[in-house]
Amino acid sequence: MENNKLLEVKNLKKYFSLRSGFLFQKFTGSVKAVDDISFYIKRGETFGLVGETGCGKTTVARVILRLVQQTSGEAIYNGVNLFKLNSREMFKIRREIQVIFQDPYASLSPRMTVGDIINEPFEIHKIGDKRKRIKKVKELLRVVGLNPEHIHRYPHEFSGGQRQRVGVARALALTPKLLLCDEPVSALDVSVQAQILNLLTELQKEFNLTYLFIAHDLSVVKHVSDRIGVMYLGKLVEVAESEDLYKTPLHPYTMGLLSAIPIPDPELERKRKRIVLEGDVPSPINPPSGCSFHTRCPNAQDICSIEEPELKDYSKNGNEHLAACFFAGKPIA
Amino acid sequence: MVETENNKILEVKDLKTYFYTDDGIVKAVDGVSFDLKKGETLGIVGETGCGKSVTALSILRLIPQPIGRIVGGEIIFEGRDLLKLGQKDLQNLRGNKISMIFQDPMTSLNPVYTVGNQVMESLIVHRKLKKEEARIESLKLLEMVGIPEFKRRFNSYPHEFSGGMRQRVMIAMAIANSPSILIADEPTTALDVTVQAQILELMHELKHKTNSSIIIITHDLGVVAKYADRVMVMYAGRPVEFSNVDNIFYKPMHPYTIGLMKSVTRLDEKKREKLKPIEGLPPSLIDLPECCIFRARCKYICDECKKEYPPLVEIEKDHFVSCYRGKEFMEGIIERFGN
Repeated sequence: MENNKLLEVKNLKKYFSLRSGFLFQKFTGSVKAVDDISFYIKRGETFGLVGETGCGKTTVARVILRLVQQTSGEAIYNGVNLFKLNSREMFKIRREIQVIFQDPYASLSPRMTVGDIINEPFEIHKIGDKRKRIKKVKELLRVVGLNPEHIHRYPHEFSGGQRQRVGVARALALTPKLLLCDEPVSALDVSVQAQILNLLTELQKEFNLTYLFIAHDLSVVKHVSDRIGVMYLGKLVEVAESEDLYKTPLHPYTMGLLSAIPIPDPELERKRKRIVLEGDVPSPINPPSGCSFHTRCPNAQDICSIEEPELKDYSKNGNEHLAACFFAGKPIA
Repeated sequence: MVETENNKILEVKDLKTYFYTDDGIVKAVDGVSFDLKKGETLGIVGETGCGKSVTALSILRLIPQPIGRIVGGEIIFEGRDLLKLGQKDLQNLRGNKISMIFQDPMTSLNPVYTVGNQVMESLIVHRKLKKEEARIESLKLLEMVGIPEFKRRFNSYPHEFSGGMRQRVMIAMAIANSPSILIADEPTTALDVTVQAQILELMHELKHKTNSSIIIITHDLGVVAKYADRVMVMYAGRPVEFSNVDNIFYKPMHPYTIGLMKSVTRLDEKKREKLKPIEGLPPSLIDLPECCIFRARCKYICDECKKEYPPLVEIEKDHFVSCYRGKEFMEGIIERFGN
């Protein structure tokens, strides 16, 4: 069972400290970007992480990759705590954990040809000789649906969707096991978005990949994910199988989020009752006391502003279904 | 009856807006015709670069000169052709009878004036109110669009507002003079979903209160399904299908519309069905061929569409399609939602 989990994140925290002053900087507080979250990803599955701007979902990915230093917590990958590794060990393990970034315009160097971009991982990790590498790069281009003859082109010669394919090819170069996809389709148009989502699904089957899929669009996340975690102000508020999350959301934030997304079906939309959450997401510098959602929650009671609800299992059908709410499952009036 | 005619508040006829770039002429909008009825919400959908924003900007004559030029067509509003108006008449129109909400609330407000000042401006300019009257009126507007603590916030600067709040301010400015047409260009794209829902609900309510018409430009089919009465689907600078929202979603007759419907992820999809995206990419708008522009990505090509661009025809009542095979879709000869 333990072995089934490819990645397990335990009590992860990342606080960014705020300083003011120029020379003699004073510590003035911290942004709790990620505040004590735990989740796991099983081998071969897609775990989706959703939430609104500033909820900390991208920080989770960056901390796992050790692009930023965690404040505390563990990330166990294949039985090894990534945070305990020295840089040489981490270098090795990075082959197995790769990323696809959001912005296909910013994540590819404009001065390198597509071939060089996809070849770079091989160079860094000193894999194969020149001839083998070129063959591999062409192969990768073909796998992601690009013309292998375009190996000498520059990123600006490609459209957004094609660039994202290049990003995918680069991520696949070292045959990783875990792919962190950080908003891989949010910069793309619907028809292209669908192409990339299909590509990711096909590649998952072909190469037996495990995905951490981060996005703000719940309908996209639901489409690709087996299980979904919903984040709000640096905390996980609900984790469930994607179908359960949609059918029986337990946390009022999830209910609001689901209800806020219009479904492309006019008749259905006319019948659908909408829960509109009031207000904006509070600042993570000074998050509300108790449950951080209580300021916007239509179900909030006195206890919500005093105590913080724990993430508990409310499963009914045997599938794990976690929620952090004192009144989990209570419908919103 | 005459009433149907009177019902039209805006009529755009064969609008053509081209951009003259170093690489060639970009036909951003190339023959767009539609009408807007009183009190309705018209959705314009399409992907990046299909000309939906340029259409909106053309209505208000906000096309950057001299690169862009409106080279043809008519835009009839209140019996006048907007394309023939002088600058002064245009100034009187903008923000008064026709106003616009832009996509990015971060850049469309002026950072050096207080929010209250900016709302007051259009009242002073168009309604010739005195400063004090404008102040009172703007406070009312800010309250109406749901700015909390609006009295205090009146003197705040845009950077002190969140994205959603800024968009509310934009809406307050846009409705200040109870316009008859409100053009919203991707009003919620920059916002989070829960805030998006708030803003769209607000616009919807205000529309009913003021009885204005809305043109909402978006790429989000969900938003269209929820709020639009009629929809125009655009592709490469031209309308490809135009009808009421139900027809567009349940009886689409243009292969592009059908493709869009099959590409979109739905929250309520039963199981993880494979999406059926439209293959290929939208064309460059320079040197467009004479034939149907969608041809390169279309599964239903025929001999006719190789020769000439299919005209937008009324295939059934109030359902316009620009495809030679539209009839076959309508009669069910081609199965739309199959493979």
